[in-house]
Amino acid sequence: MERLVFLLSTGLARGAVLALFALSLVIVYRAARVVNFAQAALAVVPVYVAVAVTAATGSYWLGLACALTAGALLGAVVERGLMRRVPQDNPLAGIIVAIGLVMVLQAGLAIAFGPDHRPVHAPFSQRPLTVGGVALMSPYDLFVLLVAAVVMGALAWLFGRTSLGLRMRAAAFAPETSRLLGVRVPRMVTLGWTLSIATAALAALLLVPTGLGLDPHAADVLFVNAFAAAVIGGLDSPVGALAAGLSVGVLASLVTGYASAAAAPPAVLALLTVVLLVRPHGLFAAREARTA
Amino acid sequence: MRLLTRAALLTLLALGATFLLDPYRNYQLATATGTFVAVAGLTLLVGLTGQLSLGHAVLMAAGGYGYAWAATWVATAVEGTTLADGAGGWLLPLLAGVAGAVVVAGLLGLLLGLAAARLRGPYLAGLTLALVIALPAAASTIPGLNGEQGVRAPFVPVPDPLALLIATEQWHAWLAILVAACAVTPLVAVRAGRAGLRMRAVHDDETAARLAGVDPGRVKAGAFVLSALAAGLGGAVLAIVTQQVSPGAYGLGFSLLLVVAAVVGGLGSLGGAAIGAVLVTLLPWVVDQATAALPADLGHRLQGNLEIALFGVVVIVVTLLRPGGLARLLPAKARSATSLPAKFFPTQ
Repeated sequence: MERLVFLLSTGLARGAVLALFALSLVIVYRAARVVNFAQAALAVVPVYVAVAVTAATGSYWLGLACALTAGALLGAVVERGLMRRVPQDNPLAGIIVAIGLVMVLQAGLAIAFGPDHRPVHAPFSQRPLTVGGVALMSPYDLFVLLVAAVVMGALAWLFGRTSLGLRMRAAAFAPETSRLLGVRVPRMVTLGWTLSIATAALAALLLVPTGLGLDPHAADVLFVNAFAAAVIGGLDSPVGALAAGLSVGVLASLVTGYASAAAAPPAVLALLTVVLLVRPHGLFAAREARTA
Repeated sequence: MRLLTRAALLTLLALGATFLLDPYRNYQLATATGTFVAVAGLTLLVGLTGQLSLGHAVLMAAGGYGYAWAATWVATAVEGTTLADGAGGWLLPLLAGVAGAVVVAGLLGLLLGLAAARLRGPYLAGLTLALVIALPAAASTIPGLNGEQGVRAPFVPVPDPLALLIATEQWHAWLAILVAACAVTPLVAVRAGRAGLRMRAVHDDETAARLAGVDPGRVKAGAFVLSALAAGLGGAVLAIVTQQVSPGAYGLGFSLLLVVAAVVGGLGSLGGAAIGAVLVTLLPWVVDQATAALPADLGHRLQGNLEIALFGVVVIVVTLLRPGGLARLLPAKARSATSLPAKFFPTQ
């Protein structure tokens, strides 16, 4: 019982990171109608920036701010410089270009910083708090949950309550009509990439202290799990990404705790396969996913 | 008939070419040939049906494991019996191994193909990506895969009559070329035949294909199985050459390299697949040679990474500027033979 409570609470914290990353995939899918296979590599670059800044100044928070800025800039540069130029006649071209980008970024990082894991320290203790003799989540896990909740709330407010969010949604759903009504659609797509990569960078930064450390492939498994979560939730649905992200996180935590860490990736793979075969458009998608 | 003659001629040419190479080059040729078989399957899948698989390395690994299991089993079974005398001692395990590779890769391909029949681009790519990421974990949980160490495949010695004439590496290159010939010739036939036309029809417009009496699900699943069989045979070739199958050799990096080879060569082009396979086998070696001259620290960092970065740049440039790949650089006459619609619906 105590073990179950501990696994559930840590799973929730891991799930919050997953949900955040899945949300970043949903944002870019809604803005540009692409599944960004380069998300993991793009998210790791700002984490290197954060680690460098934290090492230079000693402040975790300054590193965090720099990571968000770097992520936003990177998103804009990649969209303007690369993704915009991908031929639209072949739906696979975007995926293949993203794969090329992954290879360039990860190999570039390994050349620049070496292939070793760099330890990254969390700003709070990672020792679990005990309540009434039962081990629960650590202060760092609480911090992760809090940050994830704040960011998701902010994104929900942006998309749901502001004029900018309305324009972004309109540009994603009906580009031609929005253009006629005076929305600058290309700018909205760039903004979607900016938000998406900044969110992904934040998720990767929150993840790294709980793992082996920072290396160019640090976010690969996170991407695969978040992709599974985003697909299960329906690529179009932020609420779905949130729910599915938390569920996948808890599932992975339970499988790791009761079976072994090696059993978690096959379990996620099995879940993804079942959902794709039964409901290819996800459990939460309101309408048919678009072709390709 | 023309196809078979051409295949036989090309095979003989390739076998003859092995005499011009030293043992290490022959080893590289054998590796490139194994990669070529897998890339040929992948390029057919992506180019003709528009299904992108990022997990073909896992299908190669499945073929390799299938080869190692079946070959080891038969080798121990015939040992000490009269069958082990003469050619049977190496031929029977080899044939059993190739059959094992076909069965195991085919079964996994069928499972994935059933999923592929229902999925579109990014969904299938994501599913196969999850498969590659799960391979090392699966290898340590499934009994018989023997974790990170992997499985040994029996050594295929040079048969006695040839032992004086050729070295082991050249013999393995011959085996690789023969397996490749048996694997790729059917692919060429499929590509040029009705099945290839159906695949293109499904790729171009599923609704129109359905109206014309083509079942898109079956065509997609069939294409995936075919491609998986080729990948499995490619894995068998690598198992023959390296006598070893381990999950580390078939990771995400290798899987992406297969995609790179298919894209660079030109999606859908089997000749392009050969160019791409040679490129992804040789470029890492060239880069290693070049970086060995650099100072140790820098060389260590560049090793294994510089070629990946180069491949990434090449893939992006090819996709943005020249979607036809290197195969499109061939003269127009060579290309027109591969244009299917022109063959089936001749213009006035």
